[in-house]
Amino acid sequence: MFLNALLLALREIRRNVLRSSLTILGIVIGVASVITMVTIGEGATAQVQADMQKLGTNLLQVFRGQGWGGGGGARTASPPFTLDDVRAIEQEISGIRAVAPSASTGAQAIYGNTNWSTQVTGTSDKYLEVRDWTLANGRNFSESELRSGAAVCILGDSVKQELFGSQDPVGANIRLQRLSCQVIGVLTAKGQSGFGQNQDDIVLVPLRMLQRRLVGNSDVNNIMVSARDAASTEKVQQDIERLMRERRKIRDGAEDDFNVRDLQEITSAFTNSSRVLTALLSAVAAVSLVVGGVGIMNIMLVSVTERTREIGTRLAVGAMARDVLLQFLVEAVTLAAFGGIIGIILGLAAGILANNAFNVPYVFNPGIILVSFAFSAAVGIVFGYFPARRAAQLDPIEALRHE
Amino acid sequence: MNSAHSPAMIELSQVTKFYGEGEGEVRALRGIDLRIEAGEFVAVMGPSGSGKSTCMNILGCLDTPTSGHYRFLGVPVGEMSADQRALLRRNYLGFVFQGFNLLSRTTALENVELPLVYRGLPAAERHVRAKKALLEVGLTGRESHVPSQLSGGQQQRVAIARAIVSQPRVLFADEPTGNLDSATSVEIMKLLTALNEQRGITIVMVTHEPDIAAWTHRVVKFRDGLIENDEVVRRSESAVRSL
Repeated sequence: MFLNALLLALREIRRNVLRSSLTILGIVIGVASVITMVTIGEGATAQVQADMQKLGTNLLQVFRGQGWGGGGGARTASPPFTLDDVRAIEQEISGIRAVAPSASTGAQAIYGNTNWSTQVTGTSDKYLEVRDWTLANGRNFSESELRSGAAVCILGDSVKQELFGSQDPVGANIRLQRLSCQVIGVLTAKGQSGFGQNQDDIVLVPLRMLQRRLVGNSDVNNIMVSARDAASTEKVQQDIERLMRERRKIRDGAEDDFNVRDLQEITSAFTNSSRVLTALLSAVAAVSLVVGGVGIMNIMLVSVTERTREIGTRLAVGAMARDVLLQFLVEAVTLAAFGGIIGIILGLAAGILANNAFNVPYVFNPGIILVSFAFSAAVGIVFGYFPARRAAQLDPIEALRHE
Repeated sequence: MNSAHSPAMIELSQVTKFYGEGEGEVRALRGIDLRIEAGEFVAVMGPSGSGKSTCMNILGCLDTPTSGHYRFLGVPVGEMSADQRALLRRNYLGFVFQGFNLLSRTTALENVELPLVYRGLPAAERHVRAKKALLEVGLTGRESHVPSQLSGGQQQRVAIARAIVSQPRVLFADEPTGNLDSATSVEIMKLLTALNEQRGITIVMVTHEPDIAAWTHRVVKFRDGLIENDEVVRRSESAVRSL
């Protein structure tokens, strides 16, 4: 019986393709937008998480200046860190894996007749460990190179590509500004950060070398600390804050002139906000699904009126009221389900395209597909019931006489 | 006739049908007695408003009487639920309408299959029986035509095929030739006569036209909600049925 109703419904849908397509358009758009929104949202969330992971695990960064943005003025107003601060953190704080100082400047890197404007970061051999980074080639800085500030450097993948192409740069000499500098290693590619920066556009040099020969001061702009595990980051953060207040002689009650950022915090903030945004957009899209349902009800009501004589004929040849009810209900649900399927396909396609365009990964989520499908079928039942009941309640004599 | 031993195909006793209430009450049927035996071919005539359509609706189990009794093969129809009447129509009755009432944009074969769909027959059997019915009305080769591709006479043949495909005991025809020219009307009447004579289907037909009524062998005339005249007539053409 049910199969019969389904066949009848399919026949009816085929009988009027244009009307059927217009009927389901609302559902198609509704489902497609929900799926697209969710796909983009989940991709963005996954991207944020992956990006944060790339920066390093359980990474804490100690910056000069106040608050999140800090601003140039505030930052320069507060005194820089020193290598002693780095050593103090290393020795006095428990629960940390590695600490690395960092100071940066922009510089021209030149090899042969190619030159490339990049970011030169002075740091220690701990930098790789803190950032969870590995060498594709070559070696890390040695103790003596760090102590003496030797003119050696490790290239980021982009810099290596720009200057050397497919050649092996290890052992070659490049110039940073006017300074000749030997390449001792190449970093593996890390890709873009969550903030859209190319992390591979970097040249690492010993901190002392940068301070003496490139910038001419002994400032440490920030300190990167890798906590041993996620659970201890909060405690480590508090300990560092206490230690730095002490070392920088900040009176009780006065505000910090530095701040310690926990990437975990940023990650969850980003993840949460992108989840909220996804939910919000999906809710807006879901409203269009309901509007689509109203569209189905409209057309079904028109269809019942238009097919009154047909209904009369069906009743005359022996259809029961419930046969007619089932027919129209199945027709509405079938239409809605068709709309759902087309919407899912379009939504996935649009989502994948958008994710490609925004450069975020595509995350397959079977749950949302099932939910969308079930929801559109439910819309069909809810909005199809009223017209179907109206059809089933028709008086056969009146229906047969209807023009 | 052996009415004393077996119940009549159709038996109305003191059937009334009133519409509305109070001042506006319309007495469409005011006490009808009618008995139709199996195998009869009956014409129902009368001016509009005479109650013949109301009577046909009751006979066709599409409507129920206000009072009185309707027995179909001895079974009282008046007490049946709408669903039971639907089952009665599905299994024992066939309908042919003035306006054909075919489903548009639906092939002749699918139209003929319609009653069988509600009987829950499998598709293969529906095809076979619908094709046979189309053959019987002389429309072989038009199975895949939709109504708009068929002439009026052909459409009415499809409708007749649809009515007989479920092998009904009674065929109700409501002005089956009302929308057709006289030549086509003759063809349709020949077809109905053949169904009556060869398949033994009881036919009750409403008509306005005496020529059409002349094809039957009994004419029941309605006037003002009562049967004015009920007479057995001789067929104008060829064979006279042996009673």
